[in-house]
Amino acid sequence: MIGIVDYGRGNLRSVEKALEKVGFEAVIMASPNELSKVKGLILPGVGAFADAMEALKIGGWIEPLIQFAHSGRPFLGICLGMQILFEVGEEHGEYAGLGLLAGRVVRFPAGRKVPHMGWNSLELEQSPRLLEGIPNESYFYFVHSYYAEPADKGDIIATSDYGVVFPAVVGKANVWGAQFHPEKSSPWGLQLLTNFGKWVNENDTLSGY
Amino acid sequence: MLSKRIIPCLDVHDGRVVKGTNFVQLRDAGDPVELAALYDREGADELIFLDITASSDNRETMVDVVRRTAEEVFIPFTIGGGLRTIEDIRRMLRAGADKIALNTSAVKTPRLIQEGAHAFGSQCIVVAIDARKTAQGQWEVYIHGGRTATGKDVLEWAAEVEALGAGEILLTSMDRDGTKIGYELELTRAVSRAVSLPVIASGGVGTLEHLAEGLTLGEADAVLAASIFHYKEYSIQEAKRFLAERGILVRGLV
Repeated sequence: MIGIVDYGRGNLRSVEKALEKVGFEAVIMASPNELSKVKGLILPGVGAFADAMEALKIGGWIEPLIQFAHSGRPFLGICLGMQILFEVGEEHGEYAGLGLLAGRVVRFPAGRKVPHMGWNSLELEQSPRLLEGIPNESYFYFVHSYYAEPADKGDIIATSDYGVVFPAVVGKANVWGAQFHPEKSSPWGLQLLTNFGKWVNENDTLSGY
Repeated sequence: MLSKRIIPCLDVHDGRVVKGTNFVQLRDAGDPVELAALYDREGADELIFLDITASSDNRETMVDVVRRTAEEVFIPFTIGGGLRTIEDIRRMLRAGADKIALNTSAVKTPRLIQEGAHAFGSQCIVVAIDARKTAQGQWEVYIHGGRTATGKDVLEWAAEVEALGAGEILLTSMDRDGTKIGYELELTRAVSRAVSLPVIASGGVGTLEHLAEGLTLGEADAVLAASIFHYKEYSIQEAKRFLAERGILVRGLV
C-alpha cells in the first residue's frame, strides 16, 4: 500500500487514480497516525513553499515524514512536494523545508514566462530504477515558478531546460522527487509511477520491517 | 525545451458531448470521458471541457463527468462554464480537474480570480477572454458567450487578470470563432506581448497551417481547436507532425 499525504495541498485524487490505473493500491492519509502501515509514500503539493510547510506543521506531519524517510521506505515528492524535501525555500522570503535533501529552492530568473507551464523533455543524468524504461528526452508536464538547486550534484537524476537547466528528478537512497506531475504526464509519468509502485512492493519483501 | 501545446476543446451539455460524436472508435460517442481518453491516447497535451448546460440544476452532472475523467485521463484538463463561486471552483478541483476557466464571472466578480489563486494557486486559474475587434489594434471584452459587451479593453483586462493572479489566458476571437479562416493573429500577438502569462489561442482554426500561425506569428503558447479534431478533418498526430515539420517543438509524436 502506498500512502498519499493529504495536507490540503494538491490534486490528491489524480495521484491516487494514476496509481490505481497502473495497478497499485493507494490510500489518502489525512493524518500521520497510520504511516507505519504504508510501504511507500507520496508527498504531492501545489502552492507556496511556506504555506505547505505551515500546513504540514499544523497537521503534525513534519517529524513523522522525516522518520518515514529515515525508515528506508520509498518516498516520492511531487512538484512542491519535491521542493520541500530540500533545506531552504526562497519563495516569498526564506523558509526551512524538510531538509531530507541538501540544497535550496530558488525562483526562475527574469526573462521567461513564469510559471514554467507545459510539457518539457528530460535529459537523463543517471538511470535509476525510478526511470526504468523511460527514454531520454521523454516529455513530462510541469507547472512551477521555483526550482531546486541541490548542494550535491550527485542528487540530480534528470534535468530539463527552460532557458536555465534545472533538476527535473532528484533523489538519494530512498528519498526521491519529481518537479513535474507524473500523474498528469501520460504516458511516461505513468511509467514512473509503475516503477515507484514496483520498488515499494519489492522493498517491502527485502526489508521485512 | 518547453513544447507548444495542442488543446482540444469539448463542449458538454447535460453531461454529453455535443460536437465531435462521430468517432467510430468510441463505444458511446456522446460520452465526454471516452472522447477525452481517446484524445489522451492520441497525444493531446491538455483538454478543456466547456460546460454549456444552461441550467445550474444539472451542475452535479458535470462534477460527475470530471470525477470519471480523472479516473481515465492522465493529462491536465480544465473545466469552464458557469463557475461563479469559490465553492464551485473547489468542487471541480476536488473532483479531479487540474484547472478551471472563468469568463463572465471573472468580469463580474474580479476578486474571484484573486481568491481562487490564493486558495488553490495561480496555476489552476485560467481566465477566458472573449474579444471582439472595435478598431485597428483594439478589442473589447464580451461576456455571456459573446452576447454582452462590457466596455472593457482586452489588453487592459488581460493585464488586470494577470495582476489579480490568473495563471493563464484562454483568448477567443469572437470575430473569428466558427469561421475557419484562422486565428486573429494580431489580437493573439498583442495579448501575448501584454502579459507574461501563457496564452492559449482560440477561435477560427480551420487548417493545420492556422495552428502553426497561432504559435509562430500569434506568439501563443498553446492552440485550442474543436471542430478540426472532432470532425476528424485532422488527427492530433497529423497536427503534431505538421507543426514539427514547421520547426515547432511538440511532444508525443509516434
